[in-house]
Amino acid sequence: MRVLWRGFALHLKMMMRSSFDGLLGVLWPLFFATIAFLMFRAGGGGEALVFASFGAAVMGIWSSTSTSAGSAMQRERWHGTLELLVSAPVHFSTVLLPVTVAMSAMGLYSMIATLLLSRFLFGVDLPFEHPVSFAVAVVATVVSIGAMGFLLAVSFVRYRTAWALGNLLEYPVWLIAGFLVPLALLPGWVRPLSWVLAPTWGVDAIREAASGGGAWPEIALALTLGAAYLAVAIAVLETVLASARRAGSLALA
Amino acid sequence: MPPVVEAIDLHRTYRTTTGTFRRRSLEVEAVRGVSFAIEEGELFGLLGPNGAGKTTTIKMLITLLIPTAGQALVLGHDVVDDAHWVRERIGYVFGGDRGLYERLSALDNLRYFAELYGVEPRRQRARIGELLELVGLESREKERVEGYSRGMRQRLHIARGLLHDPPVLFLDEPTIGVDPVGARELRQTIFGLKAAGKTVLLTTHYMFEADALCDRIAVVTRGKIVAEGTPRDLKARVSDGVVVEIEVYGIENGKVESLRAIDGVTSVAVEDRDQAQVVVVQAEAGREPTHDVLARLDGVSLGRVTTREPTLEDAYVALVTEEPVAVDG
Repeated sequence: MRVLWRGFALHLKMMMRSSFDGLLGVLWPLFFATIAFLMFRAGGGGEALVFASFGAAVMGIWSSTSTSAGSAMQRERWHGTLELLVSAPVHFSTVLLPVTVAMSAMGLYSMIATLLLSRFLFGVDLPFEHPVSFAVAVVATVVSIGAMGFLLAVSFVRYRTAWALGNLLEYPVWLIAGFLVPLALLPGWVRPLSWVLAPTWGVDAIREAASGGGAWPEIALALTLGAAYLAVAIAVLETVLASARRAGSLALA
Repeated sequence: MPPVVEAIDLHRTYRTTTGTFRRRSLEVEAVRGVSFAIEEGELFGLLGPNGAGKTTTIKMLITLLIPTAGQALVLGHDVVDDAHWVRERIGYVFGGDRGLYERLSALDNLRYFAELYGVEPRRQRARIGELLELVGLESREKERVEGYSRGMRQRLHIARGLLHDPPVLFLDEPTIGVDPVGARELRQTIFGLKAAGKTVLLTTHYMFEADALCDRIAVVTRGKIVAEGTPRDLKARVSDGVVVEIEVYGIENGKVESLRAIDGVTSVAVEDRDQAQVVVVQAEAGREPTHDVLARLDGVSLGRVTTREPTLEDAYVALVTEEPVAVDG
């Protein structure tokens, strides 16, 4: 547990100390959220703006995790620390998990910033009917998206260019998880894909809790999917590491 | 007692590709049958030029690369089958700027790795303090690593490698790029590790460093060991030979090759020095190759010609520039 906590705290510290990452982290969510609000306001506003506000807020968590998890592994490779982490006696999952959870925790900022932006700049009257289940839903979303990032990061460890996969997945998940568009509007064949994505249930839970609905089933689903991602990642991790050791892909060359 | 580290006919091949549109797969043999054994408390050196296969060999021994063929044992355990067991008992330090978290302080770096290496929480503070003192960073430990000099980073690397007090240490070119004074201090630290009973495998391409520190040396070139023995054994190989140095201004490869064919010549190397090149010809004891060498360089613009006794560096150059030959162990 200590190793998880220390890894989380130090990686969070590193991210917060990077002025470039920090600036991007501040500006990006605000850009995305502004575009979403302007689009939805042009479309009539009202309920749709509330829908978009919470969707844009979770978008920040997902974007932070999907793009940063890949670049973080690549950074470890550039810094030559990836080999040291792999050759440490602890199970590699205890090294990798805090990195990705730290990424999604950074996304929490963008969530708060987006909600403040929608309230004070765009005047959206955001409801918070069930504050307790809302808070739990936010934590469950962060943790389950962190677990999803962990699953992605496992592939980043094996393949030097896999970081691009994180960027590639960023926008499709915005759509498929229903951040900005209700799932009912998507083609039927997309639904199963949405159901296996934890962010789908995370954002649903947040919206339900905010509007006074029962969010607990969605929270449970998000956490269950997060646990499943963790289980799959841990199960394949040793195989992936053995493959990386065979291919010599832990170092840059 | 069995050796602490044992490499048995280790091979490692990398796959790479060439070309942009018409890609071709290539196999590069980085290590081609390396064998050696290191006894407890010994400081063993792997000496060789860049690209000789030293780092690849060390990475197989520390469980980061799986050998294509052969076997590696650390404290009697296979590095592939018992990777976790081996990792708990080895330390790995490499040279250069990389391998540290730049945005964190030395203290944070050491705290993190102390967790990863399983140092008991109640021992961590004292252990980190001891190591910071050992490597001379005790007054700078709260500064971010990005402000550290190369020498300070290297000392921090050594502290990190020693956190869990491993009995076996692998040091991969630890003094590379460090200024002479810093390198001397690092060598003292490394010598202190041997005095403390650690078994150390050191890779370097500095002959004098291997000579000053190592009990035994293996010279590696093109993925193979071409000589192994004590520094004294290595010196004895060339101590009674002769070296002729000829300053030239532009020389063709054909001329250089023709010098190798002179009877009694054991090695020929060409070094660039400012505007000129220097052809260094080594010959067996009792030979005087100057006359033959100058005859074969007919037509080449020549500068100063000197004859001298061979040094350790000549022994090294001869080993790594010539085709592999059978050598006394």
